[in-house]
Amino acid sequence: MASDPTEKQPPTVVTQRTDAPRVRRSVVPALAVAHATKIYKARGQGRGATVTAVDDVSFTIEPGAAIGLVGASGSGKSTLAKLITASERPTSGTIRFGDIEVDRLRSGGRRAYHRRVQMVFQDPYGALNPLHTVEYTVMRPCQNILGMSAREASRRVHELLETVGLNPAAQYASKLPHQLSGGQRQRVVVARALACDPDVIVADEPVSMLDVSLRAGVLSLLGRLRDERGLSLLYITHDLLSARVVTDQILVLNGGRVVESGVTKQVLQHPQDEYTKRLLDAVATPFPTNRSSIAA
Amino acid sequence: MMATTTGPTLLEATGINVVYEPARGVHIWSVRDVNLTLRPGEFVGLVGESGCGKSTLGFALTRLLAPPAKLQSGQILFDGTDISLLSGEDLRRQRRGGFAIVLQSGMNALNPVRTIAHHFGDILRAHERGREESSKHEVRRRGIELLGKVHLDESVLNRYPHELSGGMRQRVSIALALALEPRMIVFDEPTTALDVIAQKAVMRTIKELQRENGFTAILISHDLGIVLEATDRVIVMYAGEVVEDQPSRALGSGLHHPYTEALLRCYADPRADEIHLGGIPGTPPDLSLSLAGCPFAPRCPLAEDICRREDPPLTPLGDGLAACHVRAREASSGPEDIATVRQPQTPFTPDTADSTEVSHGQ
Repeated sequence: MASDPTEKQPPTVVTQRTDAPRVRRSVVPALAVAHATKIYKARGQGRGATVTAVDDVSFTIEPGAAIGLVGASGSGKSTLAKLITASERPTSGTIRFGDIEVDRLRSGGRRAYHRRVQMVFQDPYGALNPLHTVEYTVMRPCQNILGMSAREASRRVHELLETVGLNPAAQYASKLPHQLSGGQRQRVVVARALACDPDVIVADEPVSMLDVSLRAGVLSLLGRLRDERGLSLLYITHDLLSARVVTDQILVLNGGRVVESGVTKQVLQHPQDEYTKRLLDAVATPFPTNRSSIAA
Repeated sequence: MMATTTGPTLLEATGINVVYEPARGVHIWSVRDVNLTLRPGEFVGLVGESGCGKSTLGFALTRLLAPPAKLQSGQILFDGTDISLLSGEDLRRQRRGGFAIVLQSGMNALNPVRTIAHHFGDILRAHERGREESSKHEVRRRGIELLGKVHLDESVLNRYPHELSGGMRQRVSIALALALEPRMIVFDEPTTALDVIAQKAVMRTIKELQRENGFTAILISHDLGIVLEATDRVIVMYAGEVVEDQPSRALGSGLHHPYTEALLRCYADPRADEIHLGGIPGTPPDLSLSLAGCPFAPRCPLAEDICRREDPPLTPLGDGLAACHVRAREASSGPEDIATVRQPQTPFTPDTADSTEVSHGQ
């Protein structure tokens, strides 16, 4: 099981490792995507027109691994996230989590699946109900999915808030979303995703809406959760810097297809595909050596 | 571009104070005693965290503040005319050939139930000089011309905002801002909602237009990377105050305001061998209060007693200005003293909310 969330937290600097995390869960299966394709009907372009959002994508997320999906808008990253979280079904191909056939789930099975696979959304302003307190928001999955009593759920909420760095928990529990900063809200979203003790977290651009000054905090939280709880992470982004910090492997998507994949550092330092090079060149950094691209 | 008779300064704002005064609830002093001078054709970046007053200042300079926000005091000389007191028809006349703004999200700035052509017609009619200018034919001609400037095809004129991609919508907003041939354009987070590739393409277009048309540009962004790539000069704001004003090329080397340095630590090159990504612990101060001392002092690794007592004025630092007691003292003393304080060992508290550092390398 996961480590005790009340235990002492590790030091600030998280240095990522390629070996397996400290805590291994007993029987966590891999999440395997095989030849997944998603075709949508296109509107306004005549009958029978289609858009292929995801085109024959295959990859596996081993327990405890952190995989990045990177690409520009429209590259199919978020559609893949929807397929993996069972919000959409692939047109063809399969998604398996152990013996769960994710691509065939119906409501009951989907609930059981969501106990194991949770999502962190992009917009922490839109992902929290503004009328509910932090405690209520984080309590719901404890009660709905784990079937806890209100008392147990409330205790768990406090543990979770401490886990995500919202200390003292009692002070944050009673707050409403508008009383929190963007980074604190995103921590609440992460706490809610952790509530049912999932094996996999799918994070879709979790820091893109946050100030740069808050990003490092949320990224190090994701890294720490992976280390302490043996969570696997699917990290979706167009921001190569954050992908570099959180993931060990990345898949570069363009037009729904995987154009390049491999160890994150390797892919970013020695990109082979033209599209990966374009993504890298588009990154704006404030350091004089790399400054030039726009001004040129 | 229309002929202008601008002197060495285009805009001179002094003592700008903006307060949000809701009918109920606390008042927020969002921009505090800001002075700003812009030369014609200058490309200036305005950076800082959310809520530090950059957009509010941009709105104040273009006279777009709406209640509960109010320009409490200050003078804004635009090309010699004080626009801070103008209203109605007088203000509208200043906008033509004067100043425009490009808003953060093209989607929210465009009317979802009107075609792009309608947007051009709207602006040209509202500021028409002669009858024939707002004729349907003339609006189309101008629309096509303006869309061409932002590299959009004329077919875009007949489209609705939802039919366009984020990058295209942002380009339409820029074309609309160009319609009245302004001498100053404020770009309020023009690329925030875009992915990196579209972001770079839009910034290129902005830079290109600025060079060709010679307007003064203010780029408001929380992304220091983008600002430094595009601008000539960077103004860093914190808690409603200007804390640093430097030429862009000078930023990133030498000494800066500790807040600017902290912002710089939030970036790294994803290709580097070792990556250290910093955060800034704590949160910006509550702007409903009057602040004693330097507003950054509670989060500053260099803060001393004087920082908590007196708000530092802007004083020369490097090639520009910074508002920092510690840096001002260093600038006036010898270089050996600087070496001792150069690299602060930031006492970041471990992983409490929104502070920490991530590092990655093998």
